[in-house]
Amino acid sequence: MTTPEETQVSAVISLLVENESGVLARVIGLFSGRGYNIESLTVAPVEDLRHRSRINIVTSGTQMVIDQIKAQLSRLVPVYRVVNLTEAGPHVAREMALVKVVSTGEHRTEALRIAEAFRARAVDTTAQSFVFELTGATEKLDSFIDLMRPLGLVEVSRTGVAAIARGPQTI
Amino acid sequence: MNATNPIATDATRTLEHNGSQDHHVLSGAEVLLRVLEDEGVEVVFGYPGGAVLPIYDALFKRDKIRHILVRHEQAAVHAAEAYARSTGKTGVVLVTSGPGATNAVTGLVDALMDSIPVVCFAGQVPVPLIGNDAFQEADTTGITRPATKHNYLVRRPADLAATVREAFLIARTGRPGPVLVDLPKNITAGEAPYTSGQAPLHRSYRPQVEPDRAAVRRAVEAMKQARRPLFYTGGGIINSGPQASDALRRLAGMTGFPVTSTLMGLGAFPTTDRQFLGMLGMHGTYEANLATHGCDVLIALGSRFDDRVTGRVDAFSPDSFKIHADIDPSQINKIIRVDVPVVGDVGRTIAMMIEEWNADDSRPEAEDLRHWWAQIDGWRGLDSLGFTQDTAPSAIIRPQHAVRRLYEMAMATGRDTFVSTEVGQHQMWAAQHFQFDKPNRWLTSGGLGTMGYGLPAAVGAQVANPDALVIDIAGEASTLMNIQELGTIAQYRLPVKIFILNNQYMGMVRQWQELLHGSRYSESYSSALPDFVKLAESFHAKGLRATNMGELDGVIAEMLAHEGAVLADICVAQGENCYPMIPSGAAHNQMILGPEQDGKPAEITGAGRMLV
Repeated sequence: MTTPEETQVSAVISLLVENESGVLARVIGLFSGRGYNIESLTVAPVEDLRHRSRINIVTSGTQMVIDQIKAQLSRLVPVYRVVNLTEAGPHVAREMALVKVVSTGEHRTEALRIAEAFRARAVDTTAQSFVFELTGATEKLDSFIDLMRPLGLVEVSRTGVAAIARGPQTI
Repeated sequence: MNATNPIATDATRTLEHNGSQDHHVLSGAEVLLRVLEDEGVEVVFGYPGGAVLPIYDALFKRDKIRHILVRHEQAAVHAAEAYARSTGKTGVVLVTSGPGATNAVTGLVDALMDSIPVVCFAGQVPVPLIGNDAFQEADTTGITRPATKHNYLVRRPADLAATVREAFLIARTGRPGPVLVDLPKNITAGEAPYTSGQAPLHRSYRPQVEPDRAAVRRAVEAMKQARRPLFYTGGGIINSGPQASDALRRLAGMTGFPVTSTLMGLGAFPTTDRQFLGMLGMHGTYEANLATHGCDVLIALGSRFDDRVTGRVDAFSPDSFKIHADIDPSQINKIIRVDVPVVGDVGRTIAMMIEEWNADDSRPEAEDLRHWWAQIDGWRGLDSLGFTQDTAPSAIIRPQHAVRRLYEMAMATGRDTFVSTEVGQHQMWAAQHFQFDKPNRWLTSGGLGTMGYGLPAAVGAQVANPDALVIDIAGEASTLMNIQELGTIAQYRLPVKIFILNNQYMGMVRQWQELLHGSRYSESYSSALPDFVKLAESFHAKGLRATNMGELDGVIAEMLAHEGAVLADICVAQGENCYPMIPSGAAHNQMILGPEQDGKPAEITGAGRMLV
């Protein structure tokens, strides 16, 4: 039986950090050093003038572990803010995938038809292949990729999740 | 240079002259030393090498900071830790690139685990060579990232002064810890501006010092209703400063609550006080552990629920309301879920607890605590640290007795006494049988458990406290790990006393092998030991040996009376085990007691054997 303490939960954690050398290594080193999971990670500068970058991490663990991750991240010197978006309230979490499908004939038309249904764009087309660009929730991308698998899926490139809270409040 | 010149002039001139050889232009190394002076640094523990030659040259010319030449970089960090721990100042280390920095890593992790403020400067190959696998190059910031509270690589001369200042700020504030600054040789050899008063490099660093009054109020409300309360105090109180220890004594006095302490917290509350139950945890006293198990309100002050303290986590203090005061928010609910967290400086928290305690007249009557104290006194009656020493002159010395005699005879000298230890059985016997009535006198490697800590720590403590009595209570195996520091002791004529409890075993390893591995003493016998008396003499120290009870007091007396360094080889009972003991994976009420207490071993489970 699983007690509430042992229940695994998923969390999207967003960090605002000083954009300096080594900061990403500090963050991911903390995860590997303390045995926390990283399911996806995105990082990019968001405030050039103030030298700040945002890191979004999708992780999972017991509630105690998720709270520890937040506390440990907050302890890093170049970290300004840490928010557990999953806990803080409604948020938008989206990622982008580039999906390469190599097929001909019926499979090719079927792939194109499904892509339209998912509002995926064909950003590269040859006689044998498509590269589809698809943005959305992780689950949407997962099901698109699953559908493409029997239709000649050969390669996937995903960005990982970028997330932000809904409504007027900021990190 | 005209000594009356305001320092700021140098910076201006540096910029104006822009690379000229004017004697007012400072090198990076000179800037480093000036900032160290600004930070009040008096002593640096270090070892020279190619990448730090400009700094050593500047040290040679400037002559304001005392440099202690150690014999190994690990020892430099331990010495700086003990310097810091025994004074409340920040310890400073200077090592060269590559092996100099990698040798320092153990010391840095030791300081990280025990929250000791240390700033370590490491040389690095010149910036253009970084990443080329240059001679004595190592990715020092990469290697030390998880070994420090924070670290830096100074890439631009303009950043040097501000980086060094921030390194000290980060090392000593919040939860203290080690900070490393990697200094490429071109930065220290080339020109750099001496600057001050700049904005901090990291505005993101804002430790919470002031506790939340509402949380303290909730804590005190629970304390007032307690019938079986217990203070569980830790090294955070020592780090907070002597005023935190004073406040703890006042709070304990006004509440009448019992006090137990972690290994790192010994001395924050007088260990000879009647309210003190002894250390808790794996080798804690019977009364401290049963009080922890049975209390109804547990007040954790500057302690972090280390596994050596908690034993089996799901059985730790099962029925208590838990209050946890710590400056590091990541310690809250890390191991044990608590009811009232108080984040902030523990000294401030205790002071605020005193204010809130006095804010109204309601308080538990002494009557209310009497039953609790009666129970504690019953546990105390077992005398869990008791042992019987055969007093015949030919009798074998028991290590506990050696520590007790050392304590009694050291106290009789009336001197301010500092004790460092190595790691193992002797460390636990020192914690159990040596008494500490003041903070900052007990120097030990708690979190990392670094064998070889004690001898260099004694160096650091003696440098910081030249007139004090500094004793390294050692084991013969641990002390050999940094025995080269006898050279440092000789060079600076440090009157350190090294008191080796020599049982010819890695005693704690031997004990665990006896209890958990069918007495198969795999590789734990200290073979081929040196003759410690001759070893001491070869390092210009006095060597003494006691092989039986008839010799013990005489050797201790001679050691304490001798003005210089002494290494005393105390040959003790080989098979002695350290009790009481909570085996790994057991709860506090499942202690193994010593043979004198007629204890029955607690059952060690398969899961427990997996733990360390």
